[in-house]
Amino acid sequence: MAIIETHDLTRKFGDLIAVDHVSFSVKEEEIFGFLGPNGAGKTTAINMLTTLLRPNEGSATVAGFDVIKEANKVRSTIGLVPQDLTVDEDLTGMENMILQARLYHVPMSKAKPRIEEVLELLGLTGAAKRKVETYSGGMRKRLELGTGLIHYPKMLFLDEPTLGLDVQTRVAMWDYIRKLRDEQKITIFLTTHYMEEADALSDRIAIIDHGKIIAQGTPHELKESLGGDIIEITPYEENQDIKDVLTSVPTVKEVKNTGNLYRLKVVNGEETIPRIMEKICENKIKISKVSLIEPSLDQVFLEYTGKTIRETESGREDVRRMRRYLRRVRD
Amino acid sequence: MIEEVLALTTREIKKWFKNPFLLLMMIIQPVIWLGLFGKALNLTGLVNVDTSGLPPDVTRQFSQLVNEAVNSLFGTEDYFTYMAAGMLSTIVLFTAMFSGMSVVWDRRLGFLNKLLVAPIRRESILLAKMSSSVMRGLFQALLVFSIAFAFGLKLGNNFGPFDFLGMFSALFLLSLGLSSMFLAITIRIRSHETVIAVANLLNLPLIFTSSALFPVKQMPDWLQAVAQYNPITYATDSVRTFVLHSQAGIDMATLAINFEFLIAFAAVFTVIGLVLAERGLRKN
Repeated sequence: MAIIETHDLTRKFGDLIAVDHVSFSVKEEEIFGFLGPNGAGKTTAINMLTTLLRPNEGSATVAGFDVIKEANKVRSTIGLVPQDLTVDEDLTGMENMILQARLYHVPMSKAKPRIEEVLELLGLTGAAKRKVETYSGGMRKRLELGTGLIHYPKMLFLDEPTLGLDVQTRVAMWDYIRKLRDEQKITIFLTTHYMEEADALSDRIAIIDHGKIIAQGTPHELKESLGGDIIEITPYEENQDIKDVLTSVPTVKEVKNTGNLYRLKVVNGEETIPRIMEKICENKIKISKVSLIEPSLDQVFLEYTGKTIRETESGREDVRRMRRYLRRVRD
Repeated sequence: MIEEVLALTTREIKKWFKNPFLLLMMIIQPVIWLGLFGKALNLTGLVNVDTSGLPPDVTRQFSQLVNEAVNSLFGTEDYFTYMAAGMLSTIVLFTAMFSGMSVVWDRRLGFLNKLLVAPIRRESILLAKMSSSVMRGLFQALLVFSIAFAFGLKLGNNFGPFDFLGMFSALFLLSLGLSSMFLAITIRIRSHETVIAVANLLNLPLIFTSSALFPVKQMPDWLQAVAQYNPITYATDSVRTFVLHSQAGIDMATLAINFEFLIAFAAVFTVIGLVLAERGLRKN
């Protein structure tokens, strides 16, 4: 059964179409990843699904409730862990949790054991009585996650859950997120611009760029859709057309070039490389670099948009967010 | 909804009490105002003349004359007492001016978004801001009152618990109206620098066009006209009436007019504040 269902969901900011007729569905108890570069429209999509923003066009339901007409019902069924740290650092972890419980109308008798449970689950029991000021970045993110859980949400929205965390903390965070799904049976919708994260965590992924979903499926399906391995070749001399030479190898299915970089879609990468090299020697062409690339989500992104995720990043926004983030995390 | 307002107000007050520096500043500020302004600018002392060469009964008559003049001007022989009563309204104004500030911070830090996705009424967020601002204002006023008392505030000899309650009801109404007003003004502002600029632009004109520091009847006509619409005038006049409550009793008719104005001011601005601020909270 689908817990989120969107149909042509659209949001414009002036001339910019941040989210452009997006339709997808999320099944119950799955981890659904929204993968795309910064500025692709991920946060705007989350804001609409969590009732913070009204869509200009289209519709969306969360847990069967319409995000526009039944906004308050949606709000009480979901939890949101936004990109920015929103726990109050002047309060202790426990006080933050209690505040959250009161805002979601969880009676204290029920909230107390739930808070204990959530703190235990996230490994924060020992730090509960300390001011959040003293927490490390990973602990804050976990507390943030915890505050989203107190009211037993059916659905949790995580906006860039590991942004700014170091690699170790990030992997630990992934474990916590998986635990939420497995032990608490919560459906998770997460956005990320880290493809490893989308790959490692998500059951299904939608890749989004410039407000549009360009591909969706399980990580495996998406990689399969590349139809084989990728070989990249850079000739030694620039402006040398080697397309014909490359296509003459039978296992090469497709050749695309951007500038001096040739991207080949091949059936069996490891066996094709020697054959390509033979052809290249025959034609007396000098090569400066050859690389075999296993299918990855980054390749999928490249396949559909012609760019890598990193190239697409609108750097400045990222830097600004990072700075703001670092200001708050002093560990 | 009451639970929501309560939860959020508790948060604000907790944040406030957990900041010892802020608390210290709040105590020091009125001390400076009362000590430097109230004591240094002692208007009663301005008419002191060296009378040592005159016969004793002339001296007595002269000082009586001066006292009468000061009394007719300020309603008390002691300018410090006059000014301290005005300082209570001033401190309430200072606190209320920053009622919008915490919204700016909550917006910047993303806490506001967290509130907006919670299944609570938008008005709860605003009411919590207003009520915490009112509580802070009254607490500050209580501090100022205690400090002024320690510094030599002369209460009227009929001053009793009723006057104390009356004083703080007037301050409560002023604080509620001003907090709502500033919340409505600042809710759309996204930088705290702008909030400070707005507050600085408004605070002195609001104080100087009121009876907080000087009697309205001494002002030029045009200023009197402005002071007539300044809620600080009405709150200060009420507070002063209670503080100076003597055997002569209280002019109930004037007091009633003052309170009518304050109640209307608080009611109108709370409603306007709620409506405007609710619009400002909605994104885009």
